[in-house]
Amino acid sequence: MKIRKLISVFAAVSIACAAQTVSADVTLESVKKRGSLSCGVSTGLAGFSQKDEKGQWSGLDVDVCRAVAAAVLGDAEKVQYKPLTAKERFTALQSGEIDLLSRNTTWTHTRDTSLGLNFAGVNYYDGQGFMVSKKLGVKSALELDGAAACIQAGTTTELNLADYFRAHNMKYTAVTFDTSDQTRAGFESGRCDVLTSDQSQLYAIRIGLKDPSSAIVLPEVISKEPLGPVVRQGDDEWFNIVKWSMNALIEAEFLGVTSANADEMKASGKPGQKRLLGSEGDAGEKLGLSADWAYNIVKQVGNYGEMFDRNVGKDSPLEISRGLNAQWNNGGILYSPPIR
Amino acid sequence: MSQEQRNQSQVATANRSFFNNPRNRALIYQFLLLLGLGYFFYNIVSNTLANMEARGIKSGFDFLFTASGFDILMTLIPYDATSTYGRTFVVGLLNTILVSAVGIFFATIIGFIMGVAYFSRNWLINRLSIIYVETFRNIPLLLQVFFWYFAVLAALPSPRESMSFGESIFLNVRGLFLPEVVGEPGSNWVVFAFFAGLGITWYIKKWAKKRQDETGEQFPVLSTGLAIILGLPLLAMLITGIPFYLEYPELKGFSFRGGVTVIPELMALTVALSVYTGTFIAEAVRAGIQSVPHGQTEAARSIGMKERKIMSLIIVPQAMRVIVPLLNSEYQSLVKNSTLATAIGYPDLFTVFVGTSLNQTGQAIEIVFMTMAVYFVINMIISFLMNRFNASVALVERK
Repeated sequence: MKIRKLISVFAAVSIACAAQTVSADVTLESVKKRGSLSCGVSTGLAGFSQKDEKGQWSGLDVDVCRAVAAAVLGDAEKVQYKPLTAKERFTALQSGEIDLLSRNTTWTHTRDTSLGLNFAGVNYYDGQGFMVSKKLGVKSALELDGAAACIQAGTTTELNLADYFRAHNMKYTAVTFDTSDQTRAGFESGRCDVLTSDQSQLYAIRIGLKDPSSAIVLPEVISKEPLGPVVRQGDDEWFNIVKWSMNALIEAEFLGVTSANADEMKASGKPGQKRLLGSEGDAGEKLGLSADWAYNIVKQVGNYGEMFDRNVGKDSPLEISRGLNAQWNNGGILYSPPIR
Repeated sequence: MSQEQRNQSQVATANRSFFNNPRNRALIYQFLLLLGLGYFFYNIVSNTLANMEARGIKSGFDFLFTASGFDILMTLIPYDATSTYGRTFVVGLLNTILVSAVGIFFATIIGFIMGVAYFSRNWLINRLSIIYVETFRNIPLLLQVFFWYFAVLAALPSPRESMSFGESIFLNVRGLFLPEVVGEPGSNWVVFAFFAGLGITWYIKKWAKKRQDETGEQFPVLSTGLAIILGLPLLAMLITGIPFYLEYPELKGFSFRGGVTVIPELMALTVALSVYTGTFIAEAVRAGIQSVPHGQTEAARSIGMKERKIMSLIIVPQAMRVIVPLLNSEYQSLVKNSTLATAIGYPDLFTVFVGTSLNQTGQAIEIVFMTMAVYFVINMIISFLMNRFNASVALVERK
């Protein structure tokens, strides 16, 4: 090939590349244009994001995606779910492959500041715990000196485990796996003595064991794990939408609005309820959405309480109690700023 | 005027402009191309950096000096949660080199044995070679890794019910526990004696070859060499009073402490890599041996050489010309395949650096770039060494 041709090709491509600048992400427009929300979820975690035999996704994180889709597009089913491992999740969001990451991701300082991402709230307050086989006869995490621990690679779990054992002068060996399923398989085969992960995941994993009653969850909770949805930095409009969709779920429960009585409340509820559901005020327009953004959320997904009970609470196999995840006036710490 | 003078005058009257000289033109175009390439790559890099800054993503290599905060299952150098990411990188690199080296060693042995076995006149051995190659070549390597790890792992007992060999070697689901040989003062002499034995054997080999070239008499290099390599260190040990003691693994609490642990991840990965790559090496060996003209074997048989000597002195040296270039790619392929360690949690460079470190720091571009550079360099070194080896087994032609 003529060398002159080669030079001109390179020059042309370089000029084309040089002219590229970063334009501010306008995620809301691209979601509306695409007609669906691209949501990053886990590869399969009971109670948070899981696919059933028919290919339907369900879970707490999945419901957050559905809530945002309901608010923006009016239909909670217009979501494309992208299963991501712990290693790929942030890169997928940074690169624009997904609009929203709802994948039981812990809100930490490092992740909030150095990745170019923003956490849009907390949908589950969790903590890290330990699960051991009953056979070992271990009753507390302080008896775990010298144990082998199965963990998922690249999560805050690894860091917290190192901190805890160092603080208590205990030794351990860390056996890492890529996915939650592999971690469970490793624990079942006896490769490690203890499985450590967020408490909610421990209950989910225990259900998946061949013999769930053979394992116990130790009482110690060794870290704070506020799990929540994540969006990209630099797009404040989208950040507000996701943040207030989360708040709408919590505020709806606080105000006593459920998917069953949403229509009734919209027509003839208290002022606070009417403002939430859009029959009074202009909360929706201020977000750049339609007036019944929150009405769609509550009608199609339910309020936080319904979401919790259905996925991880009393109506689900996990049967986790509300604990910290109850409303602030009910013994928990869920507190939404008022919608007015 | 002579022809030469006429030609010279023709050249002298030609246009001597700078650009008319093809060599100059070539230089200019190549320079421009280099400029173009440089500008192209500069653009890509600066574009990436600008984009990352605009999105608030941290860049730079400072993270290599911050504490990692996590522990690693198996490290060849001291490491804990307060070590830096730079040290994590080194630990991962050493683990990758370990599994690659051990894998290459066993793959070569398996490959050569199976390749030569193909030509055996024993029907069973011949078929065994074929079955081995066809089976392990056709199953995806990832599945084979999972098989060796999960299937074999499931079969091993728990630490409290370990299989033990003589109360000093234990095999269980946590790994293979071997006693560690700890050297006391004076053990340096034994090590020195071992290497001295190797050196002496090397010289004996050279001397024996020279002697054979001159007088035709063969010298038993192998047996003498073995005697020296084993005998000298033994002698040193006797003189210094056996300056070693064995640290035995002991069952304390959850598992064994002390001694050397070979984790099941390493064992599974090594077995999977060796068996898989061994099939390709076996095929390369088969191709090499078949490339040697059959006349060589017939001539050797006609002068009464034993089959074993025919294979080792005549066939294989000539087959190496074909085998070595293929070995080069197989070894590089093994090194690259070792990244499948991430599927079973063996802490090689990919798992520890591109897996955990990338997720904790979020600096994908720097980490992936560093890892790519490392694998590139490792494979270039293998390629360089194999090409040197290839040159030494190539046919020496009349210059």
